[in-house]
Amino acid sequence: MQKKVLKGLSLLLMLSGLLMFISCASTDVQSTPDAPKAQLAADTTASDADQDAAKRALEEEAIRKEQEAARNAFISEDVYFDYDDSSLTSSAQAVLQTKAGWLRNNPGASVVIEGHCDERGTTEYNLALGDRRANSAKTFLVDMGIPAASLKTVSYGEEMPVDPGKTEEAWAKNRRAHFTIE
Amino acid sequence: MTIHSNQDRLFIRLLLCVTFLLIFFISDSIAGYDYIDINNPYIKKIPIAVPLFKEMNGSMDEQTKAREAVVLLSDTLEFTGYFKMIDHGAFLEHPEKQGISETSINFKNWTVIGAELLITGGLSMSGNNITMEMRLFDTFKAKRLLGKKYTGSVADQRIMIRKFCSDVMYLLTGNHGFFNSRIAFVSTSTGKKEIYISDFDGYNPKQVTKSNSISLSPAWSTDGNWLAYTSYARGKPDLYIKNLKDNRGSVVAKEGVNITPEWVPGQFVLAATLSFSGDPEIYMLTGDGKVIKRVTRNWGIDVSPSFSPDGRKMAFVSKRSGNPQIYYKDLSSEQEKRLTFQGKNNTTPSWSPKGDKIVYSSMEKGQFNICIIGADGGEPTQLTSDAGDNESPTWSPDGSLISFCSTREGVSRIYVMTAYGTEQRRLFSMSGEQTNPKWSSNNMGN
Repeated sequence: MQKKVLKGLSLLLMLSGLLMFISCASTDVQSTPDAPKAQLAADTTASDADQDAAKRALEEEAIRKEQEAARNAFISEDVYFDYDDSSLTSSAQAVLQTKAGWLRNNPGASVVIEGHCDERGTTEYNLALGDRRANSAKTFLVDMGIPAASLKTVSYGEEMPVDPGKTEEAWAKNRRAHFTIE
Repeated sequence: MTIHSNQDRLFIRLLLCVTFLLIFFISDSIAGYDYIDINNPYIKKIPIAVPLFKEMNGSMDEQTKAREAVVLLSDTLEFTGYFKMIDHGAFLEHPEKQGISETSINFKNWTVIGAELLITGGLSMSGNNITMEMRLFDTFKAKRLLGKKYTGSVADQRIMIRKFCSDVMYLLTGNHGFFNSRIAFVSTSTGKKEIYISDFDGYNPKQVTKSNSISLSPAWSTDGNWLAYTSYARGKPDLYIKNLKDNRGSVVAKEGVNITPEWVPGQFVLAATLSFSGDPEIYMLTGDGKVIKRVTRNWGIDVSPSFSPDGRKMAFVSKRSGNPQIYYKDLSSEQEKRLTFQGKNNTTPSWSPKGDKIVYSSMEKGQFNICIIGADGGEPTQLTSDAGDNESPTWSPDGSLISFCSTREGVSRIYVMTAYGTEQRRLFSMSGEQTNPKWSSNNMGN
C-alpha cells in the first residue's frame, strides 16, 4: 500500500518534473525562432494601426473638407428674392432647407442673416425691405426647428450690392439674404 | 469746459447782436406790397439791377470785399428763382461812382434798360470791421423800398448779405425765405456714407458723422439744434439723435431696423420706423429716443414719415396694397387714406411747409422722378423727366424750392428747382456721391 503510494507520488513528481522540463524546454526552444515572428507580428500590428490612423486621418480630412465645403456653401450660397418682394420662392426654400441641415449639424453656430436689395427703390424703403427679407429667411429656419436665438438679422438695404451693375442680372444677384457665421 | 465754451458762444452771439447795428432808413411799413406771388407757377421773373458797391474809402481791401459783395448778393437773390439779373454791360449809370442814395439816382436810366428793381450798396472797412449799406428801389415808382446798414467783422459779410436778402424777400413775398437755412445730406467723399451739413446754397459743407460705416437719412428738428439719422456705427441700422451744438444725444438700437426718422414740427418728438416687433412699423419717440406709441398697425413695410406743418397728419409709405404707395394718417381720428394710385413705386413723401402739397419720388418705366400731389390726393404732377433717377425731395422752409438728388449727370448729386419744377440746377459739386438732402427750417442760428 505504502509502496503504491510512493510509486504514485514519484510518478507524479516525475511527471511534474517532466512537465516542468517540457515547459521550460518549450520556452527555451520556442523563444529563439519565434522572436522575429513576434517582432514581425508586432510590426504588422503597428503598420495596421498606422494604416488605420492614416485612413482615419484621410477620412477625418475628408469629413473636415466636407464640413468646410458645407460651411463655405452655407456662407456663399445666397437666398434670392423677386423684385420688391420678401416672400420665399421654392428655390429660396430649397436653399434654406440645406442651410437648416447645416445648422442642425452645427448647433453651436451663431449666424447673422443679412437682408439686401437691388438699387431700385429708395434707400429708406429698401432698408425696410432688406429687414423683411432677412426676417423671411429667419422665420423659415425657425419653423424648421432652428432656435431663434442662434439667428440674428441685419438689413443693409441697397447699401452693399454684390454686383454694382445696372442690369436685371445684377439686380437679381443683389436681391438676397446672405448668411455669415459669427 | 462745455459751460465755458457755451458762455463763449453766448458772448460771441451777444457781440454779434450788438455789432449788427441795424439802421432803418425808412420806418414806414410797406406791408401789402406783393411783387412776387410765390403761388403762381407761371410767374414772370422780376428784372433786377445789382450794380457794383461803392467803396467808401477806396482801399484795396474794400475793393476786394466790394466785388465779393456784389457777386454774393446777385447769386443769393438769383438762387430764389424769382429774379432776372440785368447784365452790368447794359447799365447807363454807375451808382458806385455817382452815389447810392435816391438823390443820386436817375430812375429813368434803370427803367429804360428794363430794371424793375435796383439794389445799390456801399461798403467801408476799418481794420477787421466792415460796414455795408444796401438799398432796394422800385425804379418805376422811383421809390426806396428798403434801406439797411450793417456793421460787423469782415468774416460776417456773407451773413449781412443774407440778412438783407431775407428782408428783400420778406418785402416782396411776405415770407422770409430760406437764407438762414441749411441742407443736411449724405456724401461718400471719404469712401463711406457720412452725413454733411452745408448752407442752403451748398456753401461751406461740413462733415457731421465720422462713423466710418454707413450713415443715412438725416432729419432736422424744427429748431435746427437736433439731427436724427440712421448709422451702422455699431454694425446694424440704429437711430442716432444728436444735438449739433454740444454732441449730446441718444441711440435707439432695438433689434431689427431703427430707420427713417422725422421730427414732429415744433416738438421734441420724432417718428421713425422700428422693426423690433418683427415688422417695420412707424413709432412715435421722444427726443430722448423712448418709444411713446406705435402709429401704424399693418403687416408689411411702413416707412418714411413726414408731418403736415401742424403736426396733425403724417404722410408715410406703406406696402399694404402690395407695393410702396403714399398714405397719410390723421393722428387724432386715426383714419388713414391712400394718396397715390399711379405707378407701382411711390416713396419718400415730404409735406409742403404750407401744408397743401406732398412731393415724393415715383418710379415709372424703371426711372424715378419727382412728383407732387395735393395733400388730399388728386392728380399728381411730374416735376422731373428724362434726367436719370430723381429721388428724396425736400422743401425749402418757405415752400418755394425743392431740393432732391439726381443721377442726371452720372453719379448722384444734389439739385434744386422751384416748387413748379422749373429752374433745375445742381446745388454744388463734391467728390463722391451725394444723396438724401434734407432742408432745415429757416431759423438756424447764425
